[in-house]
Amino acid sequence: MPRSSRSVHDEAAILPANLALPAIAVRGVSKTFRVPHERTHTLKERALHPRRRSGHQVFHALRGISFAVQEGEFFGIAGRNGSGKSTLLKCIAGIYGVDGDIWRRGRVSTFIELGVGFNADLAARDNVILNGIMLGLSPREARKRYESVIEFAELKEFEDLKLKNYSSGMYVRLAFSVAIQVDADILLIDEILAVGDAAFQQKCFDVFNRMRDEGKTIVFVTHDMGALNRFCHRALLLERGSQVYIGDPQEVGDRYLELNFGRDPEAKGMTEGRGDGDAKVLEAWVEDEHGKPQPAVPQGQRITLRARVSFMVEVEDPQASVYVHNEEHKAVLVASTVLEHERSGRFRSGETAVFSFTFDNVLAPGRYSPVFNLAHRGSGLDVIDRFEGAFSFVVTAQQALGGVVDLPVQVAVQRGDTVPAPELPV
Amino acid sequence: MTAEAIPYEALGRPIRGPRALNDDPARFWHLTFNIAVNQWKLRFFGSALGYLWQLVRPLLLFGVLYVFFTKIAKVNGAHPGDRSYDFYGAQLLGSIVLFTFFAEGTMGSVRCVLDNEALVRKIQFPRMVIPLSVVLLTLFNLTLNLVVVFIFAFVQGVHPMLSWLELPLIVLVLAFLVAGLSMLLSSLFIYVRDIQPIWEVINQVLFYSSPVIIAVPAVVLAFAPKTAANPHGFDVPFLTHVYMANPLAAVLEQFRHAVVTRAAPSPAAVLGGQAYLLIPLAIVVGIFALGFYVFNRTAPYVAENL
Repeated sequence: MPRSSRSVHDEAAILPANLALPAIAVRGVSKTFRVPHERTHTLKERALHPRRRSGHQVFHALRGISFAVQEGEFFGIAGRNGSGKSTLLKCIAGIYGVDGDIWRRGRVSTFIELGVGFNADLAARDNVILNGIMLGLSPREARKRYESVIEFAELKEFEDLKLKNYSSGMYVRLAFSVAIQVDADILLIDEILAVGDAAFQQKCFDVFNRMRDEGKTIVFVTHDMGALNRFCHRALLLERGSQVYIGDPQEVGDRYLELNFGRDPEAKGMTEGRGDGDAKVLEAWVEDEHGKPQPAVPQGQRITLRARVSFMVEVEDPQASVYVHNEEHKAVLVASTVLEHERSGRFRSGETAVFSFTFDNVLAPGRYSPVFNLAHRGSGLDVIDRFEGAFSFVVTAQQALGGVVDLPVQVAVQRGDTVPAPELPV
Repeated sequence: MTAEAIPYEALGRPIRGPRALNDDPARFWHLTFNIAVNQWKLRFFGSALGYLWQLVRPLLLFGVLYVFFTKIAKVNGAHPGDRSYDFYGAQLLGSIVLFTFFAEGTMGSVRCVLDNEALVRKIQFPRMVIPLSVVLLTLFNLTLNLVVVFIFAFVQGVHPMLSWLELPLIVLVLAFLVAGLSMLLSSLFIYVRDIQPIWEVINQVLFYSSPVIIAVPAVVLAFAPKTAANPHGFDVPFLTHVYMANPLAAVLEQFRHAVVTRAAPSPAAVLGGQAYLLIPLAIVVGIFALGFYVFNRTAPYVAENL
């Protein structure tokens, strides 16, 4: 694992500075689940096999998690699927029993899933009030807030409709509106931003921003590194139930991408013996601006793709090309020795060579699979060897803007008529 | 600042999982009440007769039993001059309604935690709310059914008595019994699913072994006492005590005595002293305490064991 666990015990990271009492403190929390191979539930099974311990395996969902969240802090929890982040949230919420200690100060509202406890056969009004009470409001408060809830959800005209007749979008809107009405001091949120249409998502973001400004303590579980960066003051990265890093959300985002994509940077094989075999591409890798091989490289650096080739027979002026494919299998970058090194030289049998391609990394964040093609001099169709599928790398960036590449763009806003109207040739 | 620098002591007691109860009784009550009310609404939603269906079952049972035991088996004519069978209809209906409360409350709560799996897995709230809201819901039904019992009693000619004021107390004892059993059953059901059919059978047994149809004195009279002339008789006082140890027996008998007719002996009179009432009462308290203890113990791990 690259750059692992350096900061797990980085003390300044565990606690933010100038700390009074934290809003949430977690100390040495572990959680294990007993996963039975076959669950014995009936009396007969118990009676027939009284001594048979029902076989189970212990699954460690969380191991020794410790952190504290300052009052008013927006704290992120990131990790891959199954890393234990939702379990951790449920432990903080008090839904699971845990080994270890958890403290919380203030009223807690949990958004594990929207619309929990909604009853499809009841009208919006009954559901909203009941849900408010479940989340900790008194019935009077819940009734008082009903109007604002239904207004926020933009469902005033459907308030008497039973929920089973709601569209899923309406349902989610109502549920979200209910969830945010509660005056909790601590909000525990489990990736519910991924629901609703764009306009509603924007509304959710606005609400979270407002809550952050109001000084509420928010713990936020997410896959979305963009959201992590936009909102969180600090974040925790989990991997297989252990805390890998705690601190700066950007760093968490970078490491998350590494964990996600850079599992096996040295994976080999898969090379298909295409070509005449006069030479063989042995390996390929990517180096960061310091010339260090990396499974993941940040955007903006000057990076180098290299391929090592071993020649079986004498080859004169071979040409090497690289096709960098993105996740959609589109070649976003193609480079070749043809233009600048057409006469690449004569290589003897048994000799090795390294072909390098250095460029400014403007690639959008994501995974890239370069294909190296080695061919005899000429059209490039006379293939010697093709190195494909055995190597990929990840580009990390603070945020994905959506383009294929992120070229440096100068943006300007000018007032008035300082820019003349374009005169296009007709 | 190190992790050890967090003043953990100042934070008070840590939480280690969900609990059966919470620190805010008001919230607990609101939650229980509102869940029960919504369930109540749901139960009769969209049915033309609504609440009346709630009544139909006990009424049908009553009708069958009433016709059978007054016209065919004639329990009320077995001992001419025995006034304890006055207003037999009201006695029978009242007993059936009370027993229905017991049966619905306990049977309804066996599965309740499992049926609310979504809540248990995703919201933190005092877990005890779940079985208690079931009990509360059946208590609503009982209240309405008792109104019908009183109407029926009036029609039969029962006169209002001061001892009607005992009724809330009788219902309270019964409600405690039901609540204790529902906590016990609902938490056991998570681990042993056979609880449901077993409990259905036990309910049947209790229906016939409690004085629902036949009042206690008639049951007692059915056994020939052990005397000098009849050495093979039964130890009737002992059997009576065993029979009356069933809290349902004491509750139903007290109901007859306090609500329908003074001619029906009170359980204290049957047992031969007020102090003996402590036995069924202790059993109610014991079941409640056991149910509470078991539920409390299992509450933190309910979410992962469902």
